[in-house]
Amino acid sequence: LGLALYASSLCVVSGAAFLYHDYCIIGAGPSGLQAAYFLQQAGRDYVVFERSHAPGSFFALYPRHRKLISINKRYTGKSNAEFNLRHDWNSLLSHDRRLLFRRYSRDFFPDADAMVRYLEDFASLLKLRVQYNTAIVHVTLERDEQAWNGHYFLLTDQDRQNYKCSSLLVATGTWVPNVVNFPGSEYVEGYETVSINPEDFAGQTVLILGRGNSAFETAENILGVTNFIHMVSRSRVRLSWATHYVGDLRAINNGLLDTYQLKSLDGLLEGNLEDLAIIKDKKGKLHITLRFYLENRNISAGIESITLPQDELDNFATRAPYDRVIRCLGWKFDFSIYNRSLRVMPGKGNKKKYPQIKPSYESRGTRGLFVLGTASHSVDFRKSAGGFIHGFRYTTRAVHRLLENRHHGVPWPSTVYPITQLTNSIIKRVNEASGLYQMFSVLADIILLRENATAFEYLEEYPVGVLAELEMQTGRKAPNGLFVIIMEYGRNFSGADKDVFYYNRAVGEAQHAWQSNFLHPVIYYYKRLPTEREMRLRPPDWPLPRPDAIHHIVEDFLTDWTAPNAHILPLRRFLENCLGTDLRNFFAESCFLFAFTRQKLPPFCQQGYVRMQGLVGSEGLRRHAVEAGLLEDYTLTDFSGDRPPDSHEGSQDQLLRDHAIPVRPLQHLVNAKDE
Amino acid sequence: MSAQRDRWVSSLSFLLFCASSIPTQGSARLLQELSPQQYFSSLQAGRASLAYFSRNVSPGAQPFLEQIENSAEALQDYGISVVKVNCPKEDVSRYCGKENALKKAYLFRGNVLIREFPTDALFDVNSIVANVLFALLFNEVKYVETLADLQNVENALKGRSNMVFAYVPATGTAEHRAVMEAAFVYGTVHQFVLTTEATLLKDTGNDEPDVSSAWLLFCHCQQATDLAQPCRRTAMGQALTMLNIHRHLKLMGAPLVTEVAEDPEKVSTIHLQLGLPLVFILSQKETYEADRRTAEFVAWQLLGKAGVALLSRDLVDLNILLRANVALKTPDEGVPIKYLVLEDTDEVITLVEDKNKVEQIQEDEEDEEEEEDDDEKENNNQDIQDDQVVEAVSRDKKRELPLEQILVLTEENFCSALSENARTVVLFYASWEAVSLAVLRSYTEVADDLKGTQGVVLSRVNCWDWPGICTKENVTQFPTIKIYKKGERSVIYNGMWGTEELTSFIMMSRVPCPLKLTTIDEAEGYLRGEFPFELSSYHHTSLLGLFSTATSEAREAFEEAGSILSGHVTMGMYFEDDALALSRKYAVSPPALLLARSGGRSVEGIALSKQSVLDMVQMIRYELLDIFPEITVQNLPRYLELRKPFLILFSDGDIGQRESKEMLKLAKGRPQQAFVACWLNLKKTPVGRGVLKAYFATVPSLPVLIWVNLHAEGQVFKFPSEESITETNILSWLEKLKAGLEIPSSTLSEDEWKPPLPAYDFLQMMETAVPELPLHTAHRHRDTPTQHPPESPGGDIAVREEPSQESKAEKIGSPGRDLRGTAPRLAAREKQGKRHSEL
Repeated sequence: LGLALYASSLCVVSGAAFLYHDYCIIGAGPSGLQAAYFLQQAGRDYVVFERSHAPGSFFALYPRHRKLISINKRYTGKSNAEFNLRHDWNSLLSHDRRLLFRRYSRDFFPDADAMVRYLEDFASLLKLRVQYNTAIVHVTLERDEQAWNGHYFLLTDQDRQNYKCSSLLVATGTWVPNVVNFPGSEYVEGYETVSINPEDFAGQTVLILGRGNSAFETAENILGVTNFIHMVSRSRVRLSWATHYVGDLRAINNGLLDTYQLKSLDGLLEGNLEDLAIIKDKKGKLHITLRFYLENRNISAGIESITLPQDELDNFATRAPYDRVIRCLGWKFDFSIYNRSLRVMPGKGNKKKYPQIKPSYESRGTRGLFVLGTASHSVDFRKSAGGFIHGFRYTTRAVHRLLENRHHGVPWPSTVYPITQLTNSIIKRVNEASGLYQMFSVLADIILLRENATAFEYLEEYPVGVLAELEMQTGRKAPNGLFVIIMEYGRNFSGADKDVFYYNRAVGEAQHAWQSNFLHPVIYYYKRLPTEREMRLRPPDWPLPRPDAIHHIVEDFLTDWTAPNAHILPLRRFLENCLGTDLRNFFAESCFLFAFTRQKLPPFCQQGYVRMQGLVGSEGLRRHAVEAGLLEDYTLTDFSGDRPPDSHEGSQDQLLRDHAIPVRPLQHLVNAKDE
Repeated sequence: MSAQRDRWVSSLSFLLFCASSIPTQGSARLLQELSPQQYFSSLQAGRASLAYFSRNVSPGAQPFLEQIENSAEALQDYGISVVKVNCPKEDVSRYCGKENALKKAYLFRGNVLIREFPTDALFDVNSIVANVLFALLFNEVKYVETLADLQNVENALKGRSNMVFAYVPATGTAEHRAVMEAAFVYGTVHQFVLTTEATLLKDTGNDEPDVSSAWLLFCHCQQATDLAQPCRRTAMGQALTMLNIHRHLKLMGAPLVTEVAEDPEKVSTIHLQLGLPLVFILSQKETYEADRRTAEFVAWQLLGKAGVALLSRDLVDLNILLRANVALKTPDEGVPIKYLVLEDTDEVITLVEDKNKVEQIQEDEEDEEEEEDDDEKENNNQDIQDDQVVEAVSRDKKRELPLEQILVLTEENFCSALSENARTVVLFYASWEAVSLAVLRSYTEVADDLKGTQGVVLSRVNCWDWPGICTKENVTQFPTIKIYKKGERSVIYNGMWGTEELTSFIMMSRVPCPLKLTTIDEAEGYLRGEFPFELSSYHHTSLLGLFSTATSEAREAFEEAGSILSGHVTMGMYFEDDALALSRKYAVSPPALLLARSGGRSVEGIALSKQSVLDMVQMIRYELLDIFPEITVQNLPRYLELRKPFLILFSDGDIGQRESKEMLKLAKGRPQQAFVACWLNLKKTPVGRGVLKAYFATVPSLPVLIWVNLHAEGQVFKFPSEESITETNILSWLEKLKAGLEIPSSTLSEDEWKPPLPAYDFLQMMETAVPELPLHTAHRHRDTPTQHPPESPGGDIAVREEPSQESKAEKIGSPGRDLRGTAPRLAAREKQGKRHSEL
């Protein structure tokens, strides 16, 4: 004991000798490990603190019934690894192909143990620097002008060991169970401890508080053995297939809805939990009453004197006594470890379980403190996937890129392409990019135009909420206008009470693409970067302010946007009209003609043919083009006049419209008049 | 006679001067006051004078006297003096004696009394001048009362001179005076005819004459031959003032159509000087006769309103749209000439008749275009593919490609495949991308050509399936071809995407570049194109670097250049001890370059100075260009790179030996030519026909020699077909070109490459269909009133501008256009088959 005392005092004494790291990550869950991976790849000085002895301790306990509701789709019919991540909701991002979740589970909805195993492998195979058994119990600031953010973060663990960091990445998730306090709440069992053995509920009548996936998951587990289950919560049920929000009630858990609507005694009720009170009678049965009655009762009187709702309203719904009441109210962020100077504040309204952060994932209260993972979900709560692995693996990468630019002068990665590749680069990304797809309306690809629109720079998966700060956040310049490529559901299509199966819900034609309802790519064009003010005043439900022009690529049943006429052609026309140029492809022969007959060449010829990379094209293709009226065959027109022989659609002969059209003689008009 | 001479003294400026001075200048003591004796003795033969006799100033005659005084100056301009004769009380002579005579004014020519005017006919200056001139110009101005009289006059004039026919509602008016004043000037040139009979007005073709206003017609009788037909008439549109009449007559005198062969911006005609527009009919040699007729037709229509000129495009270098057929030059300074494409002569006339319509017509046209656009929208023209490559590939998509020869690479086998084969050609493509697929088609042909070639494996990676490989191999564009050699870094193919070019590249890159030659025999064989054997079937120019053992620096640069040019150029090098033997044979000293064109029949030696690698690459590329090449689609870019004008001989098939010899002489004559002399075989490069058509509308007789400066001004000149193609003729022609003595046949269009068709304007659709859509809030409008939403490209901002509440209400109220936003939904409903929820 004496030794222990001595040791601990030594720590206090040597408290000034902090262990320093540039980056400290709290929590070795999925987002903490994901952040660690990117920092490690970039060669940064970082450490991850994990209070448990292994990564992903949340998943060691939760979900209690062990069935993850994130999809493990092992087959898509495609080999494109990026595309397949669109349907892999569990893997973290890494270069290591062994670390794909489909290698860890064959189940479509995998067991949580697989996730724990996966996270362990992720940390060990990638040799991430995780310090286990270290619970950070306090975080405070040390002002220092020299520090990256004007202060250092001082972390203290359960052993009073101190750590000093320049940047703090909070990846603690939301693990503190939500509780409600009402008279009799001591009789309520929590989701975190409730038995998961259905046998324990045989012949019982159960009341479940809450209406999230954990509540339904609990109900699902005992549905077959209970007398009946009632479920009470303030809000009506939100079905994820109606809201397209993966955090709402998933179909896999909704067996109770079936039994409720199919008159099998189970039922759903709406009511405010805070008005509730529970009374235990002598037989140990639990009765529901209202706090209101308890406040009026005579303190001295016994339990029999308490008014029950059914005394006044004899058909009160929950008049039957319950054997058990289970609380399944979800979790919230642990605000307790932060010193007040960090001003880590809860959000407003339904976001109060999350800390307040900016769309850049930086805390509103403290510069240099970034919130990652589930705890960062306030940015897109009930909208996108930022609270889930398949979403925050991308936002974590975005945060890492912001940090690289801010602290290490490494600008946001980008590729410069000639303008002829504009349509292609967009089509490629909207078809395979998983970040855009999973983090729809939150992350967007940005195309920065170079001067004269001869080239452009492509930035992937930038948090669109900080578009106005793009130049500062990425180290890239946007003086010549930009495109923002984002994916959106149709506005007003989905919602808790919407019929998402109405007839004719899908749009099939490109010209009506703006009415598309299912997730589809949308391209915004701005002549200049929107200002912060414009971002703030953007219409509600719009991820971005009013653009100078907008294009929707029509929703596609296969999410395959490569159809030449329905997808690519309208996109090209949009881009052409934004840039005021002609982005068509031409065979070398056409470029040859243009080179001799026009002073200027279209970009495709300029950047290809003139640089000796003309598209000669096979004979067959050129014949097709001639048949389409888009290429003139001069070997034949020698004797048959100007018209291509097979030009059945004269209007298509646009290519050569401007050429070789002789002065239109007016004399026939004159003659006609003279007559 | 002298009076007539006097008349001719008056010039335009004089007329203008007096016209403007009449109202301002009063009677500046021009009225002479004489005694009768003085007066009559002062009368000169042929000189007219207007006399008024007064005994004493009677109060009633006072206003008349004032008018007389005022008109004195005006009449003086016509050589008519105005005299007030003071009659002595006792005088009882003819003019002074009678009380009656004192109420009149008398016009004398010399001492002959021409006319006496009652004072009430001389009520103001206009009437005085009009009546006096009318009296004096009795012969020049015929007064007619009946149609028969008019026709008689007209018929008498036919074939002789033109007639000016004026109607004035009454004599003594300002209009009458204007006509008379004009007659004073033009009376000897045109026959003036005057009437006050409104019935005549009707008969002259004016259906609903306004009898209260004067009218003037110019009758073109001089050219009229048919007695039965009235002369062509041109009415004057403006009010009858002297200035307007003068202007009108000037215009009638101008040539009907002016032929112009200079820059229209510099052209000036009487029309422009008089503030009228000038219409150019753009003509070409081929259509000259028709254009001339058109011009004359239009000119008759526009006579008096605008001038018409016939501009020969063949003679003038016009930097304008080939389609333009009409140009309009307005008299306003600084307004550029408008070039238009009109379809109907009526359009030309409306264009001029109301100048305001100039803009309107153009706008209308735009409207029409917009309407067309709208139509197009409905016809889904925007949906029709206008990309030749995409369309060609889509049309070919059902054909199964013969891809058996091409190895499919995946993430699994990529690395192993590269390590197994000595040389792997990899096509990186995307299966949805048209250009990639077009190249894939050529690639299959390459595979066919190279079937059985040892040591080369053709393969492909679909980046849509395997983005990881493509990213790792740094493939950012589709398509990309790389050649991987075992143990060496890969080479990116940077040539034309054609079967032939790619095949030759692959074949040539099998041989090291540069190839080390070890014996003199090898080197000689190499220069003859016989060694190495693999390349003997490829026509090429061989390059041999000769180095002495000491010149390692130049050799290294040469080797480096070789690796850059690998696949495009055959390069060898020889640096054995006996290199001197070779250098002596070809009279060069190492380091040097030997260039063997066309199978070693001629070998040139070039000394290699100290050069950087890039300089050497540049030099080699330049040296490989032919002196008098045949231009093809494939090789044009190499010559474009020189950024020089082209002198091209277009020929249908091979060029004649004579021409070839002359051109070659020309090309060789000056090694540092400022132009590229070349020829084009229309049989091999049929698109050349398209070039000629663009230049001349039709293909001229062949062969034809063209000078075209692609890089500056874009002027095209055609060597006169009557001259024979000889070096001297061409050189002297080029001198003339240089001196600016030749007129370009055509000028290359400077047009930018604009979007071929508009895009769907979803922003507008959203606002129209969902007016409550808060695309920008009222808040923003209130706060930033000056900040307009930025204009969307290719769109009409006015439409897109968020309407105020009122106008929005209007919009909803007014049917048609604004309801369109709802139409798509309805339309979409009807086309249910296309909705995928129903399969």
